[in-house]
Amino acid sequence: MIKIFLDSIKLTLVLAIITGLIYPLVITGLANIMFDDKANGSLLYDQNHKVIGSKLIGQAFTSNKYFQGRPSRAGNGYDALLSGGSNLGSTSQKLIEGNKDFDGIKQLAAKYRLVNKIDFTTKIPVEAVTASASGLDPDISYENAMLQAPRIASVRHLSQNKVTDLIELNVQKRELGFIGEPRINVLILNLDLDKLP
Amino acid sequence: MTFLGICQIFFFISLILLIAKPLGLYIYNVLEGNNTLFSGILRPSEMLIYRLANIDFCEEMNWLKYTQCVIAFSLVSMLLTYLLLIFQNLLPLNPMHFGLSDAPAYATKMTPDLAFNTAISFTTNTNWQSYAGETTMTYLSQMLALAFHNFVSSATGIAVAIAVIRGFIANRVGTIGNFWTDLTRITIYILLPICIPLALLLVSQGVVQNLNPYLTFTTLDNHNQTLSFGLVASQEAIKNLGTNGGGFFNANSAHPFENPTPLTNLLEMLSIFIIPAALTYTFGKMVKDTRQGVALLTVMTIIFLIGTLVTYHFEAKGNPNFKPYNINYATNQLGDSGGNMEGKELRFGIANSSLFAVVTTDTSCGAVNCLHDCLTPMGGLITLLNIELGEVVFGGTGSGLYGIIVFAVLSVFIAGLMVGRTPEYLGKKIEKKEVKMAMLFILIAAFSILVFTAIASVINFPKDSFWNSFGSGTNNLNNVGPHGFSELLYAFSSCTGNNGSAFAGLSANTPFYNILLGIAMFLGRFFMIIPVLAMAGSLSEKKLVPASIGTFPTYSYLFVILLISVILIVGALTFFPALCLGPIIEEFLMRQGKLF
Amino acid sequence: MTNENIKKQSKSIYDKKIINRALIDAFIKLNPKTLFKNPVMFVVLIGSIITTIMFFENIVKGYKFENLLFQFQITIWLWFTVLFANFAEAMAEGRGKAQADTLKKNKQATMATRETVRGTTESVLASSLKKGDIVLVKANETIPSDGEVIEGVASVNESAITGESAPVIRESGGDRSAVTGGTTVLSDWLRIKISVDPGQTFIDRMINLVEGANRQKTPNEIALDILLAGLTIVFLLAVATLYPFSIYSYQSCPHKAPDLFSLISLLVCLIPTTIGGLLSAIGIAGMDRVLQYNVLATSGKAVEAAGDVDTLLLDKTGTITLGNRQAVEFVVAPKIAIQDLADAAQLSSLSDETPEGRSIVIYAKNYGIRERELSDKDVTFIPFSAQTRISGVNINNREIRKGATDSIFNYAKHNGFTVPYELEREVTRIAQSGGTPLVVADNISGLLGAIYLKDVVKGGMKERFAQLRSMGIRTIMITGDNPLTAAAIASEAGVDDFLAQATPENKMELIKREQTGGRLVAMTGDGTNDAPALAQADVGVAMNTGTQAAKEAGNMIDLDSNPTKLIEVVEIGKQLLMTRGALTTFSIANDVAKYFAILPAMFGSLYALNANTHGPLWALNIMGLHSAQSAILAAVIFNALIIIVLIPLALKGVTYRAMDAKSLLQRNFLIYGLGGLVAPFPGIWIIDQILVILHLAPIS
Repeated sequence: MIKIFLDSIKLTLVLAIITGLIYPLVITGLANIMFDDKANGSLLYDQNHKVIGSKLIGQAFTSNKYFQGRPSRAGNGYDALLSGGSNLGSTSQKLIEGNKDFDGIKQLAAKYRLVNKIDFTTKIPVEAVTASASGLDPDISYENAMLQAPRIASVRHLSQNKVTDLIELNVQKRELGFIGEPRINVLILNLDLDKLP
Repeated sequence: MTFLGICQIFFFISLILLIAKPLGLYIYNVLEGNNTLFSGILRPSEMLIYRLANIDFCEEMNWLKYTQCVIAFSLVSMLLTYLLLIFQNLLPLNPMHFGLSDAPAYATKMTPDLAFNTAISFTTNTNWQSYAGETTMTYLSQMLALAFHNFVSSATGIAVAIAVIRGFIANRVGTIGNFWTDLTRITIYILLPICIPLALLLVSQGVVQNLNPYLTFTTLDNHNQTLSFGLVASQEAIKNLGTNGGGFFNANSAHPFENPTPLTNLLEMLSIFIIPAALTYTFGKMVKDTRQGVALLTVMTIIFLIGTLVTYHFEAKGNPNFKPYNINYATNQLGDSGGNMEGKELRFGIANSSLFAVVTTDTSCGAVNCLHDCLTPMGGLITLLNIELGEVVFGGTGSGLYGIIVFAVLSVFIAGLMVGRTPEYLGKKIEKKEVKMAMLFILIAAFSILVFTAIASVINFPKDSFWNSFGSGTNNLNNVGPHGFSELLYAFSSCTGNNGSAFAGLSANTPFYNILLGIAMFLGRFFMIIPVLAMAGSLSEKKLVPASIGTFPTYSYLFVILLISVILIVGALTFFPALCLGPIIEEFLMRQGKLF
Repeated sequence: MTNENIKKQSKSIYDKKIINRALIDAFIKLNPKTLFKNPVMFVVLIGSIITTIMFFENIVKGYKFENLLFQFQITIWLWFTVLFANFAEAMAEGRGKAQADTLKKNKQATMATRETVRGTTESVLASSLKKGDIVLVKANETIPSDGEVIEGVASVNESAITGESAPVIRESGGDRSAVTGGTTVLSDWLRIKISVDPGQTFIDRMINLVEGANRQKTPNEIALDILLAGLTIVFLLAVATLYPFSIYSYQSCPHKAPDLFSLISLLVCLIPTTIGGLLSAIGIAGMDRVLQYNVLATSGKAVEAAGDVDTLLLDKTGTITLGNRQAVEFVVAPKIAIQDLADAAQLSSLSDETPEGRSIVIYAKNYGIRERELSDKDVTFIPFSAQTRISGVNINNREIRKGATDSIFNYAKHNGFTVPYELEREVTRIAQSGGTPLVVADNISGLLGAIYLKDVVKGGMKERFAQLRSMGIRTIMITGDNPLTAAAIASEAGVDDFLAQATPENKMELIKREQTGGRLVAMTGDGTNDAPALAQADVGVAMNTGTQAAKEAGNMIDLDSNPTKLIEVVEIGKQLLMTRGALTTFSIANDVAKYFAILPAMFGSLYALNANTHGPLWALNIMGLHSAQSAILAAVIFNALIIIVLIPLALKGVTYRAMDAKSLLQRNFLIYGLGGLVAPFPGIWIIDQILVILHLAPIS
């Protein structure tokens, strides 16, 4: 029995070094040689080479001049250190009707209609009022973007066509034509928007 | 449900069925000690490991010795993890100074009960996480204390499954292999060679892999954001491949740095299923009748498809409580992105989220790309049920195979009598000892899930008590009404089943939950492994009975139906009353529009 | 044993006396000590006791009548569940007990005449006889105990044991020397050396066996018991935890948690009471069925093992062939007329009373040769002697001889005749085709020809063996014949293999070889030299006419000494296992329906909008049962009644058909698996209707 424990200790140490140190460090080395940008977070920079975000991580957009992402329950919204979602079930009153500290579907839908000046007869895309699992979802749907387009156009004094053209350009199709969902990266769309003359 | 959604589900399972055979064959060759593709490089490393650890690689162990090795190794490695976690503040690769005086405000303290819970959790292949990775773990803890376990706990599971198969094929030999060599071979011939390209593929899609400190910056719209990094890709690969499931970040595979695109999502799901699927072929090959493995794979595939389609159907149908606000809450055939999107990422959508939820609970993985707590009641029911069936649909690496073998033994025993012979499985008579061990296996799961949930649902603590600062056990729930009960039931099911996913609303980081869930994980792992190895030992001492036309055919379509029935009846009936009070009644209430 | 006999005995399953006795036994078996051995029924007993106590408590507390009515009915039906299971077991034991009573009655009265040391005799009670005592039994006296005939020949009526009224001969020496206590000497007398001590006699053992006094659980039964106990605990956990669970659930709605009556009802319905209640009855009935075939199994284990048999070793003589060779052809030597051969063959066989001899006489008639009486003066019969292997007759100066080929050829050569090549060839042909050539010669013409004696394979054996093959059982014929003869008969009978020139040693070797290959072997045997093989075989059936050694070595004794019965024994073994499997599957499949009766009843009020409507879980009431109380009652009543309904099946066994495992499984899976899943739905529904019609349960 003692021998078994001694063997266990030795094998634990050997395997821990192989799988817990050598393997991840080798991968890190290879990854940084082969995919430097991706391995370090697919960062985006502004003109001054200052980091303004990661292509993959959603950001909070509260100004009306920007397309807004999905609601986020990560911290106070898009807090990348507190990734996570609502964890509320389908029969949760808090989720549906909200409370004084918490915007439910009801409030989120109302706000969305208000900001984008949509009347009640228009259906809101479900993802525009629901929070993602990570709270960092970088994408919105095409329908969501299109509903926001008039607002953007009016705030930025652009023609609506220009905005919708930009949206069309930014639609990311399904991989291989059928894997995943079509979507639009909000950060990149907004960056493109800022680049418009 | 949309056409494309269904296509993706069938595309996924087809890929699995395609890879199962070649990989299964490779695993077979590795475990038989045959020469394989990588033997040239790996054989010397294998020998070096034996020399370094002073292992007698020729020894043939009986079941008792094998079990002792499994337990001893698990305890020692668990202790290593516990120590690494407790002292993580003193160790290197801690760029954010967790546990030090200058730690950032968001950092979570590493308490002994959390370290205990985490050490058990990773040793038992559960990867239940009472913590959020990015605010609790140093980089060294992630790689050395946790990722290391992702390898060896998975390898241990596979080793046990192989030992069980050896019990069936041994003809009065009494030995079932050598745990040390099984463990080593599985780690370096199977897991590592798959992980290396897998990790690099993940990086190529955007999964991060660096040792950088967290990065704080001002976003486009002038908010502050801090990005956390780490050695994610290397850990992500083994997290899924080894059906471990412990995320680097709190959001697990929903986090864009862990799972940035639909392609990585597909890769991750494939890597979760592939070893369990391949092991059925290895099994068939080892018992010299691949039809036996195909039968098990068929059972798995059928239950998987039923579960996936049911989940997908209900998730796509969405939550009718959204209706009053004129939200496009249900998917329609045009394929627009309706459905229950709460807690789901847009890039995965309803189909891939439902699929992932089923994949991760069919196996003992527990990685999530959507929030299970936010699933519709029926979607949640399927995930719960998958775990409660014993995770035998593909199942954990190894644990799925030995789990379904236990069910096969029970099926053969119950119905095999109907052909008028003492039941036999794979040429071994199923008698007292085998039945006893199989029943123990079922009993322990039922005990741990039901009794612990019962305790948690009625126990009372004073508010702010040491054991549970929330007060009574049900105060830790994030939901009230039936869904709250589901959260509790899910927690103990997940830990007992060594799954690790959660209805994450439950705030489980208190000594009461950390310890009780820790015990559940311990029971769910070792008190399952011991009976199955004992069964293997008993089988290995029996003589092989040659099959004849009078033998119960365990590869026919009839056996497939039978096995499915036994899994559903024995597994599901045990938990049906409890499920009635959770997801089932919630489904009815949701349709009535009742809110809690 | 005749068919009539079987019928007479099987009718007695429903014998009134047995039923009456079983009814009383059902209550006696309520003893918790006995019930503890059956974990499923023990749980039901505990449940019944708890509900009984609570029921009386509630009377005192002054509950409403309709609640008390419900509680009373639940309590009563729980008791019935236990009683029905006890009744099933008592029924299974019933016939054995009745038989044991008869045996005991005979035994008590018997007196014996024992020889004393001084050479005188004394009259003593049979039960006081010890091993080694010598007794004298005269005509019309009962043999007092088991023993060995040491002097005398007598015809004995063994019907007390075998049910067969035709007397058998018992004589000293050889294989017919064993006598059994309780049988009656019909004529002449016997001097018997008692071979067992009191209480160990065959009759005693038989009484114990049929009574099931020291019945031990078989390995498969034990394994099944573990499964059932395990399931019971699982369901106990599932039901017991429901109470704390529902406490949580009822926090958010104003109704009260389910009461113990419902919880106990759910538990009793879920645990496998059907198979739990019938398991021991199935086992007892299985042994009883073997007994109906006049085979005494020393243990249930042996019967079970019979079902698993892969290889049957069957003695050629008596099992596969009729046991006596018959003349089927006369082959003449060159230049001899067939009439002359027939005539000589008949003459030489006239005094031969063996079946072979008789068959020659009869066969000769086909050639117009009449049977004749010869006067003693001119004729001398030469009896068969083992040394010369020749028999014959001398008529005046003519010597006719017939016998084994070599011996007669030598006889002819000795008398100066040549052996024609043609005859030699014919003789070889006969031997090769499985027959026995008997050569005939005389001292005038030399060799006359040969008689083809053939082993006649019993009718229907080929089909029988084909059936066995389809069940995966291999048959091996054991014979002392040479390989050529054996091969011919083997192919004619359709056995899979044969062992020729069998000796006790190579028989043993064959058994061991089969067993090393993982196969289970069954065989029959009677001689002392069969004893080791009988002991080695997994199922050894000894013939009752056989020696004491053989009877002790085997694990079954065939009272009729009919080796063919081995096949029936195998079938009974299979049937026993099948019955167990079928009822287990049925029992477990039943649970699904019961959930759909009890769970909506229990939680139907949960989250109801108000006290007058049902809550959402009432939707699980897919059978449309009337009310919570009627639903629970209907499930409990169904659960109890199904035991009674299935008693005949448990006692008679499921219908046995010889087919391969795949088809058998398909058939039984459909009947008992699917049937078990579906049957309770209409069953519970009907009971619910009746309860409401009888006002035993509220309508809503």
